[in-house]
Amino acid sequence: MGISRRKFLKAAAAAGGAGLVGKSKLAHGVEHLTGYPDRFGVLTDLTRCVGCRSCEVACNQVNKLPPPEVPFEDQSVFEKTRRTTEKAYTVVNRYPNPKPGGSPIYVKHQCRHCDEPACASACLVKAFTKTPEGAVTYNKGICVGCRYCMTACPFYVPAYEYDDPFSPEIKKCTMCYDTRISKGDIPACVEACPMEVMTFGKRVDLIRLARKRIMEHPDRYVDHIYGEHEVGGTSWLYISGVPFEQLGFPMDLGTKPYPELTRGFLSMVPAVLVIWPALLGGFYMFTQHREQMDEEEEEILEKKEN
Amino acid sequence: MAEYAEKRAVVQSWVRERFFLGLTIKEYLRGLLKPFNIVAGIIILIGLPFVVMRFTQGLGAVTHASQDQPWGLFLTWGLFTGVPLAATGFIIASAVYIFGLKDYRPLVRPAVLTGLIGYLFAVIFLLFDLGRPWRLPYPMTISFGTTSVLFLVGWHVALYLSTQFVEFCPAIFEWIGSARFRRWALRVTIGATIFGVILSTLHQSALGALFLLAPGKLHPLWYSEFIPLFFFVSSIFAGLSMVIAESTLSRRALRGRMDPHRAASFDKLTIGLGRAASLVLLTYFCLKWVGVAHGNHWNLLNTSWGHWFLVEIFVFVLLPCFYFAYGVQKRNVDLIRFTAFFTILGVAINRFNVSIIALNWKLPHREFFHWKELILVITIITVEILMYRWIVNRMPVHREHPDYGGAE
Repeated sequence: MGISRRKFLKAAAAAGGAGLVGKSKLAHGVEHLTGYPDRFGVLTDLTRCVGCRSCEVACNQVNKLPPPEVPFEDQSVFEKTRRTTEKAYTVVNRYPNPKPGGSPIYVKHQCRHCDEPACASACLVKAFTKTPEGAVTYNKGICVGCRYCMTACPFYVPAYEYDDPFSPEIKKCTMCYDTRISKGDIPACVEACPMEVMTFGKRVDLIRLARKRIMEHPDRYVDHIYGEHEVGGTSWLYISGVPFEQLGFPMDLGTKPYPELTRGFLSMVPAVLVIWPALLGGFYMFTQHREQMDEEEEEILEKKEN
Repeated sequence: MAEYAEKRAVVQSWVRERFFLGLTIKEYLRGLLKPFNIVAGIIILIGLPFVVMRFTQGLGAVTHASQDQPWGLFLTWGLFTGVPLAATGFIIASAVYIFGLKDYRPLVRPAVLTGLIGYLFAVIFLLFDLGRPWRLPYPMTISFGTTSVLFLVGWHVALYLSTQFVEFCPAIFEWIGSARFRRWALRVTIGATIFGVILSTLHQSALGALFLLAPGKLHPLWYSEFIPLFFFVSSIFAGLSMVIAESTLSRRALRGRMDPHRAASFDKLTIGLGRAASLVLLTYFCLKWVGVAHGNHWNLLNTSWGHWFLVEIFVFVLLPCFYFAYGVQKRNVDLIRFTAFFTILGVAINRFNVSIIALNWKLPHREFFHWKELILVITIITVEILMYRWIVNRMPVHREHPDYGGAE
């Protein structure tokens, strides 16, 4: 927890002046993040998924999560659309196939590992990191528990341990960063899938692969790689046989990276810090001057009367 | 020995004057048994077990905070509503010290105190809401999330709380009876006021800017690129209304401890504040339409969300704007006072809309807050009011200290 004087002063300047440093940091960060050239990702081909939930089992095991309330084999979980929780970093949901006679479509949901994560830009203690490998990781050692990351995440991914009074943490998919990727393995869910729904690899290669599949089978896929451009690009990519809006994917997120949504505001901060003192000081002097003139006038009047 | 007894007597009377309203402890304790205090005491007794529950069993035990809806009543009331209502200090201080509206000087101390306590309790609400409240200083010491709007809010609330404390120091030093420290504290008034306005401009708007990161979640009628501006402008009429409301309540509750000529001047000042509030409300009303036009959301107005939006800006913005204007025109102070409370309700409705009601509007199942959370909020507000009363009853807030009358 050591903190150098320099670091402290820098932050004090950033906050007293909040944003001056903030803005430049952000700008730098954005350039840098789009520049992680070898970041990994996962391509999820929804046309292949059969809803066996092996990925959920693998995730549960590798992350040492508590056993689920409803067993993994129980198909009844598909009756409701589920979201990720502090006890399940990935969930598979079922959607009816709009094509007549088509079998239902299963969608695996987990952290998308955005290229420019909203959670990371929202965090007031920088608890999230976009690693060069592509995973967005979380540092429980500094998290204050404000849960702004949850409000900020466009995919409703981070979950919180509300029932833990002393050491609650944000829980979400780590792309198996600590447990597997850093050791050269691929994420547990990718490995566990019997249908080869998911492909782990460098993001640039995955996009090429996705394009190739769409091009070779235009009848089987819609021409859209979800995550290629959404919110500025995500490491987790999807291709599908039916339009994504019918599978619960948010379609109104735009292609702008989320950190840019607050960048304009933050860049206004230094301007206010510089202009306000001058402006308000000016008003103050103006007021003083007016009072002085009034007094002088009164004095002159008094003299005249005398 | 006699010297010692004399000293003791001096200390005793000093303590008695400062803390027990000049009464003996027995008299003072007996005097506490008034309906107001008894009700407050009961509320706190009911609330205490839930405070314990919150800090021993976690947020889940007392709130409906869910994975989809991470923020509940603590933040919506304590931070998003509490902070604009505590804008009193920077508005009145800047009016008096920077813009030279000297008539409003009697309102400076009540306004600064309202602001100071408002911010203090915003922090207290935050401590209730944070998962690990003891890490509150982390953004200032351990790790700096400079890309976060919340980082800015955190620093500014902390700095502004300190600034307001400095602004209130003259009253504290008059109370303690330290003329030298009082002089020092007065010397920084202008600097503190300007610094306070800067901080307020930034963090009032930053509270709105927090929601810039939720475009897909906040209903488009409330989500706007202008949301920082909306939050800032509405904090101005929120603060003005709070000053009116505070002086109205104080006049009732503290009749004995308020200078008679000061109580009389409040009517004139209230009309002035009402005029200002009316103007700012009108500005805000127009701005909200600029927001709708900018986002081109006209088609959403005729939906149920749109109707609720229209209620918010016609009933709780335009109507009080007219009431204030009418009250000023007819010099009807009671109408202005009523409108102040009405405007405060309107600000609360807006902040509730942005941070709970219209947030996550697309999710099918939503629960706004738990009754236990409401009890906790009421308990904390009760403590807040008691603290305000305690200070006003002792320190020169609504009256001039006999030793320092008029000199500021």
